[in-house]
Amino acid sequence: MALSGMRGLSVFISDIRNCQNKEQERLRVDKELGNIRTRFKNEKGLTPYEKKKYVWKMLYIFMLGYDVDFGHMEAVSLISAPKYPEKQVGYIVTSSLLNENHDFLRLAINTVRNDIIGRNETFQCLALTMVGNIGGREFAESLAPDVQKLLISSSCRPLVRKKAALCLLRLFRKNPDVVNVDGWSDRMAQLLDERDLGVLTSSMSLLVALVSNNHEAYWSCLPKCVKTLERLARNQDIPQEYTYYGIPSPWLQVKTMRALQYFPTVEDPNTRRSLFEVLQRILMGTDVVKNVNKNNASHAVLFEALALVMHLDAENEMMSQCVALLGKFIAVREPNIRYLGLENMTRMLMVTDVHDIIKRHQAQIITSLKDPDISIRRRALDLLYGMCDVSNAKDIVEELLQYLSTADFAMREELSLKAAILAEKFAPDLSWYVDVILQLIDKAGDFVSDDIWFRVVQFVTNNEDLQPYAAAKAREYLDKPAIHETMVKVSAYLLGEYSHLLARRPGCSPKEIFSAIHEKLPTVSTTTIPILLSTYAKILMHTQPPDPELQKHVWAIFSKYESCIDVEIQQRAIEYFALSSKGAALMDILAEMPKFPERQSALIKKAEVAEVDTAEQSAIKLRAQQHMTNALVVTDQHSSNGTPQSVGQLSLVKIPSISGDEHTSADQELSQANGTLATVDPQPPSADLLGDLLGPLAIEGLPGAAVLSEPNAVSGLEGVPIPADDAAAIVPVEKDTNSVQPIGNINERFYALCLKDSGVLYEDPNIQIGIKAEWRAQHGRLVLFLGNKNTFPLLSVQALILPPVHLKIELSLVPETIPPRAQVQCPLEVMNLHPSRDVAVLDFSYKCGTSMANVKLRLPAVLNKFLQPITVSAEEFFPQWRSLSGPPLKLQEVVRGVRPLSLIDMANIFTSFQLTVCQGLDPNPNNLIASTTFYSETIRPMLCLIRIETDPTDRTQLRITVASGDPTLTFELMEFIKEQLVGIPTAPRPPAPPAAPVAQPTNPAALTDPGDLLAGLL
Amino acid sequence: MIRFILLQNRQGKTRLAKYYVPLEDSEKHKVEYEVHRLVVNRDPKFTNFVEFRTHKVIYRRYAGLFFALCVDITDNELAYLECIHLFVEILDHFFSNVCELDLVFNFHKVYLILDEFILAGELQETSKRAIIERMGELEKLE
Repeated sequence: MALSGMRGLSVFISDIRNCQNKEQERLRVDKELGNIRTRFKNEKGLTPYEKKKYVWKMLYIFMLGYDVDFGHMEAVSLISAPKYPEKQVGYIVTSSLLNENHDFLRLAINTVRNDIIGRNETFQCLALTMVGNIGGREFAESLAPDVQKLLISSSCRPLVRKKAALCLLRLFRKNPDVVNVDGWSDRMAQLLDERDLGVLTSSMSLLVALVSNNHEAYWSCLPKCVKTLERLARNQDIPQEYTYYGIPSPWLQVKTMRALQYFPTVEDPNTRRSLFEVLQRILMGTDVVKNVNKNNASHAVLFEALALVMHLDAENEMMSQCVALLGKFIAVREPNIRYLGLENMTRMLMVTDVHDIIKRHQAQIITSLKDPDISIRRRALDLLYGMCDVSNAKDIVEELLQYLSTADFAMREELSLKAAILAEKFAPDLSWYVDVILQLIDKAGDFVSDDIWFRVVQFVTNNEDLQPYAAAKAREYLDKPAIHETMVKVSAYLLGEYSHLLARRPGCSPKEIFSAIHEKLPTVSTTTIPILLSTYAKILMHTQPPDPELQKHVWAIFSKYESCIDVEIQQRAIEYFALSSKGAALMDILAEMPKFPERQSALIKKAEVAEVDTAEQSAIKLRAQQHMTNALVVTDQHSSNGTPQSVGQLSLVKIPSISGDEHTSADQELSQANGTLATVDPQPPSADLLGDLLGPLAIEGLPGAAVLSEPNAVSGLEGVPIPADDAAAIVPVEKDTNSVQPIGNINERFYALCLKDSGVLYEDPNIQIGIKAEWRAQHGRLVLFLGNKNTFPLLSVQALILPPVHLKIELSLVPETIPPRAQVQCPLEVMNLHPSRDVAVLDFSYKCGTSMANVKLRLPAVLNKFLQPITVSAEEFFPQWRSLSGPPLKLQEVVRGVRPLSLIDMANIFTSFQLTVCQGLDPNPNNLIASTTFYSETIRPMLCLIRIETDPTDRTQLRITVASGDPTLTFELMEFIKEQLVGIPTAPRPPAPPAAPVAQPTNPAALTDPGDLLAGLL
Repeated sequence: MIRFILLQNRQGKTRLAKYYVPLEDSEKHKVEYEVHRLVVNRDPKFTNFVEFRTHKVIYRRYAGLFFALCVDITDNELAYLECIHLFVEILDHFFSNVCELDLVFNFHKVYLILDEFILAGELQETSKRAIIERMGELEKLE
């Protein structure tokens, strides 16, 4: 077929085709580009035809892979040509050469708009097409209403309207607000009655985008989608041209079912029944046929139907049909179908509990892991990863390890990451975990990221029982002739720390260990040498009595590296050399590494990061989110992006608990701030020096206490110092390891709940604990909502309340099992006996896999919950204030280091804690008076009066006076207020180090600060 | 949604490239090179789907030509696979027995047809007849 009318273009294309080699082609292209450039420079002599021809040539050259960095303007200018042929070229070439971020495109907005609102249908089509393909935000803002008009216009041909629908979809993706206007959802519903299937197909794509963004607004479209689907599935009234190999538009069927997946449920029973009938028909009536196209088309519909059934959580019978079908698919030879079977099985795992059925196919899936096609292998890997649990972890991980040796490079990294995660998540015992990781490093060292070996080191450090085993294993690997450098790192590290535990075994004397490691030194890179030097220093330290020969050898190595060009190595060599001559001092400095604070596994985090971007949110993901919000309807989701604090969460290890007493740790904190830390720190401050030196491990940070306690040594640490008191809040005690990590910050959640009555108390990947409370006088009624987020039941659920003496708490029975995706409510009665700031703790545990998850959570049954605001008049206030004349009923303190707050902010804080701020009682505008009533069982309702005097010249100090008829109450309330003002808002207790309050004796005469001047006003 | 459509021959020469997501020129050429490398050596007995960065490429080979669509991970693979075939049928109909040379010399027509078939990365029209008729209308205007 000849090219009509553009000889120049044909000739050019022929020339290019006749080029013998790439060089000739480039010369020809350069010549042409030069020619075009010259012609464009002198635009006056250019006929519209020539311009058109050159612009096409440019596109052709661009398509060949050459840079075309000029002529964009000419292409754009053709858009405003009066005649169709030029205009058409302008539009098409512009949308191929430019993208939405191109500045020139702005110049065309007006012309484009004129074409859209003009009368020329052909121009409308061209303009809609270009905007639909490359329109950006600016186009969305200026054109959306015009495009909407065209889409619903009754005078436009379907040709224009289907383009308008998709153009609008583009604009919606660029800026959703421009489409979500009043009444648009009704228009959408009307559009679904469209008879023209081209318009309907386009509109359905638009609807998918709209409902994925906000299904609420489009409920009225749901029954229409079901009708459309029925019509198509039954082939009623579908024009021949819209059937594809006998199947009524498979694409429209797929789109319609996609749209339906964004509605959380189908409520109307009739609609639901019709939909299920159709789905049933599709599931049962799709046969394998010979014709490839027909087969593909019908299976496209079938797989979409499967997805919809999974989404609707259809009756068990249909679900089991789906599983049966998928089981069949993963065994067929046809690669596409097998691929999709594996893919959809993985998806199914995400929505329902079909682990047991899928496990039956394990062998089949493992076969696919060895398929020659990498696409299939990837799906098989995903599925194995998804179906892995405690029962089959050993098999699956071993299978992955075995496959690792033969797997192609493209998959090794993913494989090793997944194997490492599974080993960590489902390890039946920790020695197995160590075995797996070491094997992983051995087999695929290049693909094992640092995170993986850091993680195994953390596990070993945190589990004493594991240390001799790990050290022995590391020793074994060192005997292998050629080991990967990562293996050198991890074995050297482990042996440095723990080889002394092996001392009596053959081949494990310090000397032998040393030479086994040192043998590897010539083979490693400069990043590993520092680790080896640390290991030597540690071996030396552990060799008691000292072995002079070994010492001499190691010292020789240190002094050799003293002049090393690598700073890290040099520094270590010098420091270790100096340290090791200090004798006994070495013991402390080179002591064993302290345990690591528990955080979310860096590996799992890494796996999660692999988010994909899709035009519409995945329906499965959306559904998972909806599920979670449904699980806890009453609680508002408290989202905190704050990184979880290390100790304030479930721990996978025993951490030496820094005494359960809050006051002690607060004191400790105080004394640290005052620089007298040496006497109170319960942990040896020794290890952080090494923490610094062992740079690579610092990524996970070190226990907060150690970091805080040695300010000189922490320069290289990235770990965030953690206030030691948080450890007291939740003391991790479980011996059992588990890998459950909380989502969000437990402390932040607790503090938020101190101020409000409902919200999330705790969340981790398995469970969400919500709380809802009602407080009346000294009584409180709390309901705990335990929501199982998983598709499998949570077992051995236990909730114990550890109440402080001042609270009487009764928890109703907590069921031992929480069914999949179910929520259990547990009411809790609280009675306040007397004033105290102590906090009740909920000791909550459940079984996840083989390990117990245990967490201790503070309950927000705090002092302020038993306060009720009360307004007092001047007549009531003053007599009362005077009658409570001094300690212990009236206490006064000057507090410094307060977070600077305006009076208004302070008043707001008081109000949030149920204290009424009484305006106008204090003549000094810098002061604030508040009142409240405290309720408890043992004393009558007690009026409490509070006065805060601030210094406008120094907002960091203020004087607090608290008075009530009960000495304990006065004291507790005073302390409570101090806590709130010192460390607001997220961590009000206890005072943060820099803001340590200095308690002063309450005798006013002794005060010498500016606050004194304010005294005596009343 | 369709991120981009590529038509390439076995040597990797691009015969049609249409992007529905904004990419820089250099990125486009890189994508074309990578997709070619990705699909050209795959065994005909393999699946028609292959992962590409965070998306997937659905491709099909017709004689020496590879038709590739890059779509979202969550998209329906088979529906897009048949979408390729429908496009080929349309081209075949329009050029009556299409061959690579038709597409080379009439690349601008191919762009026109594609614009009637797919818009904004979504299917616009699935009726072969409607598209062929529309092409007839447009030819008259030239």
